[in-house]
Amino acid sequence: MSEHIVPVSLYIGIFVALLCLTALTTGVAYIDLGAFNTVAALAIAVVKMLLVVLFFMHVKYSGRLIQVFILAGALFLAILITLTLADELTRHWSPTPTGWGTLAPLISRFFKRL
Amino acid sequence: MTVHNAHPPGFAHQFEDMEQQREADSLGMWVFLLTEIMFFGGLFATYIIYRALYLPAFEKGSSLLEVKFGALNTAVLIGSSLTMALAIHSAQVGKRKAQVGFLVATMILGAAFLFIKFNFEWRHDYVEKLVPGFNFAIRGDWGAAGQHVPMFFCFYFFMTGLHALHMIIGIGVLTVLTIMAHRGRFTPEYYAPLEVSGLYWHFVDIVWIFLFPLLYLIGGRYMGAGH
Repeated sequence: MSEHIVPVSLYIGIFVALLCLTALTTGVAYIDLGAFNTVAALAIAVVKMLLVVLFFMHVKYSGRLIQVFILAGALFLAILITLTLADELTRHWSPTPTGWGTLAPLISRFFKRL
Repeated sequence: MTVHNAHPPGFAHQFEDMEQQREADSLGMWVFLLTEIMFFGGLFATYIIYRALYLPAFEKGSSLLEVKFGALNTAVLIGSSLTMALAIHSAQVGKRKAQVGFLVATMILGAAFLFIKFNFEWRHDYVEKLVPGFNFAIRGDWGAAGQHVPMFFCFYFFMTGLHALHMIIGIGVLTVLTIMAHRGRFTPEYYAPLEVSGLYWHFVDIVWIFLFPLLYLIGGRYMGAGH
């Protein structure tokens, strides 16, 4: 058949690399690097993810269509997280609206009349 | 009928050839996995926001988890991904006994993960009164951050719980696959159930690869007496 058969030695190599990266990320967490602790932990996690996706999940040997779909998934995840944070982390930049305070009695009076 | 007999087992007639069928099988599974990415992605996004809002409480909560169990479970799960990949490899080269062996090994490693998670971690958390909604006890020495520590544990139990649920479903799928492999249903030409279930299993592994640093590692580890 024309599908690519990954040799067992490569699977073992990826497995060993993943174990080493797990040991590395655990070790780095005990060293105080300030904000870089989070960056290092996530960077190592992304490298591990890529190893699993490319080799264990055979994406390196898959067709372009599947690869484009996966990139679309990554893009949507990035949109989800970025836009949510763009809202959540910038709310205190502008003051809380005050106009609603004068409108509230009017609105409650309107609903009482219904 | 002679034409049909010429087809390899498992070949569906709407496809041009096995190559096209194989790609369609994988693509369908990937579409499902993309919905799973968004499913877990919502949780991860919420976690990031609440971590930013209550950073000291999240660091305190993280430091209460046992890294050795998290790291051990990471290794166990990576091992199960290896055996899953080797099970598919065995199907590709037509070794039936090796398929069954590797699938059983994958299930055993998955069960070991769940055992470590439930017995050494969740049960321990319950004894330590760290389960929000059941018996959470805020300790005095946590200081001002203490009242938000339950928030961290809500995330911890929801995220690891959802992940564990995926593992349990995965073990169920693997049980069916093991029976199919034992009956010789997979050939070097046709092993799509193994391939797409493998994608699912590796995906669950990837979720844990991110949960481990987010929950166990960042922030809470190097805090000595200074904090």
